[in-house]
Amino acid sequence: MNKQKLPRKKPLWPRLRLDLKKNRFAYLCMIPVLLWYVLFCYFPIYGVLMAFQDFKPAKGIAGSKFVGLKHFQSFVSSMFFSRTVTNTLMLSLWSLAIGFTAPILLALLLNEVNNLKFKKAVQTITYMPHFISLVVLCGILRMFCQYGGVLTVLVNAVTGKEYVSLLQEASLFRPIYTFSGVWQEIGWDSIIYLSAMTSIDSTLYEAAEMDGAGRFRKMWHVTLPQIMPTIIILLILRVGSLMSTSYEKVILLYNPTIYSTADTLGSYIYRRGIEEASYSLSSAVGLFCSVINFFMLWITNKVSRKFADISIM
Amino acid sequence: MNRRKKATLGDIVFHVLNDSFLIVLSIACVYPIIHIIFASLSDPTELVTHQGLLLWPLGFTLGGYKAVFSNNDLLRSFVNTLVYVSLGTLVNMLMTILGAYALSRRNLMLKGIFMKIIVFTMFFSGGLIPWYITVRNLGLYNNIWAMILPPALNTWNMIILRTGFEAVPLDLEEAAYIDGASSFRVLMQVILPLSKAVLAVIFMYYLVSNWNSWFNAMVLLKDNARQPLQLKLRTLLIVNDAGMGSSASASAAASAGTGSNYRELIKYCVTVVATLPILCIYPFLQKYFVKGVYVGSLKG
Repeated sequence: MNKQKLPRKKPLWPRLRLDLKKNRFAYLCMIPVLLWYVLFCYFPIYGVLMAFQDFKPAKGIAGSKFVGLKHFQSFVSSMFFSRTVTNTLMLSLWSLAIGFTAPILLALLLNEVNNLKFKKAVQTITYMPHFISLVVLCGILRMFCQYGGVLTVLVNAVTGKEYVSLLQEASLFRPIYTFSGVWQEIGWDSIIYLSAMTSIDSTLYEAAEMDGAGRFRKMWHVTLPQIMPTIIILLILRVGSLMSTSYEKVILLYNPTIYSTADTLGSYIYRRGIEEASYSLSSAVGLFCSVINFFMLWITNKVSRKFADISIM
Repeated sequence: MNRRKKATLGDIVFHVLNDSFLIVLSIACVYPIIHIIFASLSDPTELVTHQGLLLWPLGFTLGGYKAVFSNNDLLRSFVNTLVYVSLGTLVNMLMTILGAYALSRRNLMLKGIFMKIIVFTMFFSGGLIPWYITVRNLGLYNNIWAMILPPALNTWNMIILRTGFEAVPLDLEEAAYIDGASSFRVLMQVILPLSKAVLAVIFMYYLVSNWNSWFNAMVLLKDNARQPLQLKLRTLLIVNDAGMGSSASASAAASAGTGSNYRELIKYCVTVVATLPILCIYPFLQKYFVKGVYVGSLKG
């Protein structure tokens, strides 16, 4: 095999010095940015060492005793392990099945609307909930789910049961959590799919029509495949947070009555770590989640690269 | 090549169903807000006994709003939010522009390394507790910097802005350099003015995020007097609900004169006050969002 000899690059250090001089301003700009990443992202990564110690804030990481996998073992064998892992996985899967697909469906339907004004109006209205803060959303949910609230009355009417307060029922937490998330994000998330749809070549649709494709076939054979790269990338990112430690919404909605379905890894970490100051234990649980998420992300990325030639890493 | 197709029956049926569905969805999106607004204007005693949907205010009273605006706790938290949002968004924009500028320079030697360092943090983080301990060790506790510095950068936004900067035509930059402009001047007078749309998008992202932020305040601020509005809301809407008392709601109710009935009313009023500003602004920026998301998704 004839290996073509590449022109020899100038040695590294002089090139670097030249670049530092030439792009002096750009490198100066990067200093505060990199500093921020070091302080707020990499220091905490170093802090993960706490998970392997009996961390005491007074002693710091350097001074605390090393205990190896003690906290991991105690967590895995505790009664909280199966509950939190199940709840986290279930919420993630619900969100994947419903929360991920709903915006795609909305985008497909909106794409079929001919009246531009109507389309724009629906878009503007449906992504309005995205701007409502999580606190307000959960406040509204609580007001609607209390005795006499809109949702309570609705659910009672539809199911024939007589719930007093929807947020005290463990079996209702997952639907409440998931569908309120859909309500909040369906419009906003559909924007990116609609944007992708606008760049689909219209000749593809014309060709499909000449082959006799009706509306739904066009959706299935033209629109969806064309936006598949976008879908897959977003899916990879979603799967990469399956063991998510997102705690904010859960801790705003849950209460001890429904811990059996509502307590997730994230809320557990928050409760043990910040409220009860069990720093090492919650660091261990957090690390457990981060590692699994990273692993899931890596696998999904690899699979996607192999089968669809799309990857983010 | 616009062939006017005759609308088939199937077409008509589909459009009717589709449009109806979209209308129902829109109503579902809007209704909760309307319910809250009506409730905030309703008479408290009637409100407490009412069940189900609210299609108009029950009675009419501005008493709830009077109580909210005369409550010092709430007013102070509102001012706090304004401070945090303005200062915070300023810092956000500054940091993001610096990073996006540097990373958009085409021939920067260390760019690859920088990107790897930055993108890695999107996939792996130390977790909540290490972050919390780090931030506290940096002295960011119970002061304004605790609200400004930790959320100073959002990697996604920086990548979006970087893509926007990369789209500025090279010739314009080079023309400026030839005319003797320094890098700084090129940034200020060529790149930034030509990136107004993307800048507007990430400005809005940061603005909304800062306005709605509450968690950092909850774990990093000790004094009641430093709390932003959303955190006060949490006390009123969430913590209260669990049966724990709150000085804010109690004092607000006391200043309104009647006890627990007014508590419900005040909840609604505060919710409206906290949400209405953002809801009034966002429709005007629709075109920016769509463009910004598009830009971000191209190379994101």
